[in-house]
Amino acid sequence: MSLPELLKVPKIDKLGVIERTNRFCKRSIKNSAKEMGLHLALSMIDLTTLDGKDTPQKVKQLCYKAQHLHDSMEGLPNVAAVCVYPTLVSVAKKELVGSGINIASVSTAFPSGQSTLHVKLSDTKFAVDQGADEVDMVISRGKFLSGEYNFVFDEISAVKEVCGNAHLKVILETGELDTLDNVRKASDIAIYAGADFIKTSTGKISPAATMPVTYVMLLAIKEYYKKTGTKIGMKPAGGISTAKQSLQYLVMLKETLGDDWMNKDLFRFGASRLVNDILMQLQKQESGIYQSLDYFSKD
Amino acid sequence: MSKIDINKSWEYDEAPESTSHVNLRSKYNLFIDGEFVKPLSKKYFKTINPATNESISEIAEANDRDIDLAVKSARKAFKSWSKLDPKERGKYIFRIARMIQERAKEFAVIESLDGGKPIRESRDIDIPLAANHFFYYAGWADKLEYAFPNKIPKPLGVAGQIIPWNFPLLMAAWKIAPAIACGNTVVLKPAETTSLTALKLAELIQDSGLPKGVVNIVTGAGKTGAAIVNHPDVNKIAFTGSTEVGKLIERSLAGIEKKTTLELGGKGANIIFEDAAIDQAVEGIINAIFFNQGHVCCAGSRLFVQESVANIVIEKLKDRMSTLIVGDPLDKNTDIGAINSVEQLKKIEKYIEIGKKEGGEIYQAKCSFSKKGNWFPPTLFLNVSQSHTIVKEEIFGPVLAIQTFRTIDEVIEKANNTPFGLSAGVWTEKGSKIFKLTKELNAGVVWANTYNKFDPSSPFGGFKESGMGREGGLHGLKSYLKFE
Repeated sequence: MSLPELLKVPKIDKLGVIERTNRFCKRSIKNSAKEMGLHLALSMIDLTTLDGKDTPQKVKQLCYKAQHLHDSMEGLPNVAAVCVYPTLVSVAKKELVGSGINIASVSTAFPSGQSTLHVKLSDTKFAVDQGADEVDMVISRGKFLSGEYNFVFDEISAVKEVCGNAHLKVILETGELDTLDNVRKASDIAIYAGADFIKTSTGKISPAATMPVTYVMLLAIKEYYKKTGTKIGMKPAGGISTAKQSLQYLVMLKETLGDDWMNKDLFRFGASRLVNDILMQLQKQESGIYQSLDYFSKD
Repeated sequence: MSKIDINKSWEYDEAPESTSHVNLRSKYNLFIDGEFVKPLSKKYFKTINPATNESISEIAEANDRDIDLAVKSARKAFKSWSKLDPKERGKYIFRIARMIQERAKEFAVIESLDGGKPIRESRDIDIPLAANHFFYYAGWADKLEYAFPNKIPKPLGVAGQIIPWNFPLLMAAWKIAPAIACGNTVVLKPAETTSLTALKLAELIQDSGLPKGVVNIVTGAGKTGAAIVNHPDVNKIAFTGSTEVGKLIERSLAGIEKKTTLELGGKGANIIFEDAAIDQAVEGIINAIFFNQGHVCCAGSRLFVQESVANIVIEKLKDRMSTLIVGDPLDKNTDIGAINSVEQLKKIEKYIEIGKKEGGEIYQAKCSFSKKGNWFPPTLFLNVSQSHTIVKEEIFGPVLAIQTFRTIDEVIEKANNTPFGLSAGVWTEKGSKIFKLTKELNAGVVWANTYNKFDPSSPFGGFKESGMGREGGLHGLKSYLKFE
């Protein structure tokens, strides 16, 4: 592992990117394509609760929802993972035994990452020891913006080492990176430093995931795959709350990275509100009419 | 709900645009003096859906005498239209613009049915831009003296306008809007393969209450066009089409006092420098050559890629081509539709044969087509040079000829080494390079880090054999005015 040649990182033209992502949104996804797309989207969701006021009970509720999205509908998949703070990993672990649903834990002084490497590593170690299958770390945006790319790179590789078998998702917090050129550069640093997934946002900063940002990250993944044959996963997080948006992201994924990436092992949505909107749309596909949101549990 | 297997590959369903709202007659007459009248020629021809090669409707064929009637009607209308308070003229044109917006869906579907272009393009580009041209020139109608200070602008009289089949309604808008805003009246002939949206525009104009005879729309093929060009009482000829026909027109107008604008063929150079944003440039290449099946006079049909990035650009280009959806023009997910006519398809196929024979290395995206209709896959030619026929001549189809270059002077020389001079594209992150190229490229339009962008306020037209005169913007007004 070594730092990518940052001078050779491809330039990004923002207007061109926006034009391209607008094109994805023009695809018309109907009937069985819509049904399957929405099922796929459900299966890729990391159901998330990351509040200071989170309680074990709330996490338990979330874990139950993860396994019972809407019992009155048959054939629904489970979500991919439940994402919580390290201290609540053990609660989730107990609830999700045997469900096949992963437990993701944020770490490295989430969401700001403003702490020492020592704290970040022990934060990560704690999460993994508690049973996290996946670790969502944040990069040091301050260091990145001041050009200390080696620092950012080293930090990611150090965290990766502590993760052991747990999958590492690296959050770039693109809302703080300012330009798409930076997004691309940070993506390359994260990928080369050992990320299994790259992730847009913490959800604590606005804007969170957008299509242009996600597209740029997908292009970084694509180029890395062409060079090395290794498939890196992608997780847009925050800001994706409607079924329609989730389909637009899937179109973008399909047309940028292809069918290989169309599964929860390589693509995730970091979202919570999205679930009920998808359920509502699926219900509508089935019955032809929209149901009140009151019929869908809000856990 | 049927069991859904999310491990299967996810494919888009068909998403056909509905045609139930479209109102088409089985037979269309000539629109002269505000009425649809039977042609004196008594002849009709069929208009064909290029995606199925089935007939959609019958169209009248105007002969010399029909054209004479149309010109007389325009001449009669000119007397009052040219004297009408300009702001009233503007109001009529605004009304036409708004009505196009109201009927946009119907226009879009008919444009795709009759011409084969994907509904996404007719819906998002052709029809809105056509409306925008009317909006734009409506605004100028009462401000002509401000547009040309210290001059007194006067209309020319009757304008004969002949338009091509690649952007039927949009070209009609480009021609009609500035002409009538300046106080002229027009006789417009759409292309014989794509008359329907112009005839729907005639219906719209009838409904708009525009004074009779201000816009006359006559249909037919080359002979009908010649009758307009050669009519003695026409003051101005505006033609968009092939260089071949453009030359014929110029020959027949030599020595005659008729103002002429010609917008002809092109062989646009699309230039990718190593310091460009490569992924977006690849997107630009796609848009430059595969937009409207490559039936675009300003298409970027000659690609120049700087040596150091050539392999990566070509690899990415091939990769992107594999995601283009070619097929039913009315499907909302179609990227590339049907080739406009059997003749055009044959012409493209002829060029492919020539390209192969001359040693070009061909690459085509894998596509499967329906048995009916005119289809052609997106195509690249590698290892070609300036002297290959497919690099020299306009193909007017989804066929891209790729060359590499090493230095900036070399690429400027190659880009300008063509009888055409309509358009070019430059892709680089370096501003100074863009300015150098916009100055030295001999092309009417040079796009930087984008391609095929159109706006009513921006003039469009060519150098050399790509034509003369400009359409769009202030320049577009000038072509329809004389100054005292």
